[in-house]
Amino acid sequence: MRHEDGSKIASPEQMQEWMKQTMDWIGGIAAQNKFVGGTGLLFADAKVVHHNKMVTDGPFGEIKETIGGFITVRAESAEEAAEFAKGCPVLQGEGNTMEVRRIHKNEGGH
Amino acid sequence: MKQQELIPHLFRTEYRKIVSVLCKRFGFEQIETAEDIAADTFLAASQTWPYNGVPQNPVAWLYFVAKNKAKNHLQRHLVFESKVSDELKRSFDETFETEIDLSPQNINDSQLQMMFAICQPAIPPEAQIGLSLRILCGFGIEEIADAFLSNKETINKRLFRAKEKLREENVKIEFPGPTDIDERLATVLTTLYLLFNEGYYSSSQDNVILKDLCYEAIRLCTMLVENTLTGKPEVNALLALMYFQASRLDARIDQNGELVLYDDQDTNLWNPELISKGAYFLNCATTGNTLSKYHIQAAIAYWGTQKANTHEKWESILQLYNQLLQTEYSPVAALNRTYALSKTAGKETAIIEAEKLKLTNNHFYYALLGDLYAGIDNDIARQHFQNALALSRTQTDKQAIQKKIDNL
Repeated sequence: MRHEDGSKIASPEQMQEWMKQTMDWIGGIAAQNKFVGGTGLLFADAKVVHHNKMVTDGPFGEIKETIGGFITVRAESAEEAAEFAKGCPVLQGEGNTMEVRRIHKNEGGH
Repeated sequence: MKQQELIPHLFRTEYRKIVSVLCKRFGFEQIETAEDIAADTFLAASQTWPYNGVPQNPVAWLYFVAKNKAKNHLQRHLVFESKVSDELKRSFDETFETEIDLSPQNINDSQLQMMFAICQPAIPPEAQIGLSLRILCGFGIEEIADAFLSNKETINKRLFRAKEKLREENVKIEFPGPTDIDERLATVLTTLYLLFNEGYYSSSQDNVILKDLCYEAIRLCTMLVENTLTGKPEVNALLALMYFQASRLDARIDQNGELVLYDDQDTNLWNPELISKGAYFLNCATTGNTLSKYHIQAAIAYWGTQKANTHEKWESILQLYNQLLQTEYSPVAALNRTYALSKTAGKETAIIEAEKLKLTNNHFYYALLGDLYAGIDNDIARQHFQNALALSRTQTDKQAIQKKIDNL
């Protein structure tokens, strides 16, 4: 889940609504026995470690997009995974995107 | 209690105690002997009580007779096996009282230890349930066969194989050590959960036996809750779940023995006493940091006991199923989640989600689709109900589905 601007502050009501939508989205994938795991990433306490090992607060500033979280699904194909991604409420935010990536495994699973 | 009811009643409550204590004393290799002695004891009671009258303390009488029979057996065994010295035989009589200990404490411990011995991954779940019913609940082979929709021969074979396996594995009747108690307890809880479900959802026409299965599961789970070693949060949560579900036992079967679905139940028949017991144990379950699948299911079952069809009720149920499915997928949870979704987001949304489940060998799947399409497109609904009818195996389920078709 990529947010174009992670610094936007949402109201508690909005947060609660997104929370519910996210839970319903994940629940729908889990109901198909295709949910493996997921992790939301918080913006609080975020740090950026630069190539010269300098540490700055937050992923904001010069970085345009931030990663809001990721979930792992058991999909037949990248296309099926993309179908799952379409349901993610993050996409309601203009400029936000979902990226589908295959997990590297030796035995060729997804 | 009349005499003809007294012996079956005592058999139900005392047989399992005698078997557990004797089996613990003899070891698993002689479990049949333990069962024979317990059965012989009741045979003796049924032969003498009608003529001599019921003893003043029938339970003490049974224990006394069982002890003597066990003692005779051990003596014969001792002489036959090891040709022991006279001295040993003399001391045997003296130590005997302490060796066969039918004190409440030892009875309780033996039963709990037996529970751990039987609920072993080494034997298949249905054999664990069968053995539990036989040894921990004192069920007859015929009753077990009824509950499993099977016959005596099959059940006898299944139990025989399971006992053989336990002997081969050299299973000890003892409490697990502190390092593996959680893992072993998980297996015990699974078996009790299945035992309860066997009573709650099974298909046998004998409703009395089915209710008994539920109450036996509750009794065994209560024993675990009351023991300091095993009374963990998830055990309390499972007990809460069982009480919440059991509160509807009288409402879900009508006078003709037909299943009454949740929406059609007379809520006056829901048992408030069992519901409050469930709430009590759910509260006890919240003492630790663990959130087990039984916690989530108990919370869902709690909402199930709330009569008012509020948005809050169905939204809570939906979120709990979302959570449960992430912890552990099951087709039933997936179907129930989709049903809850239909209550919060409407049938159209739920149909889209339901059709993704593709549980095409599950009659509940088609029953759910039928329910969702009913009122939207009755022809499609009928088609789904027909599929459900074709896939369902039990009379109870077929009747319930047929009723839905008739109501379209």
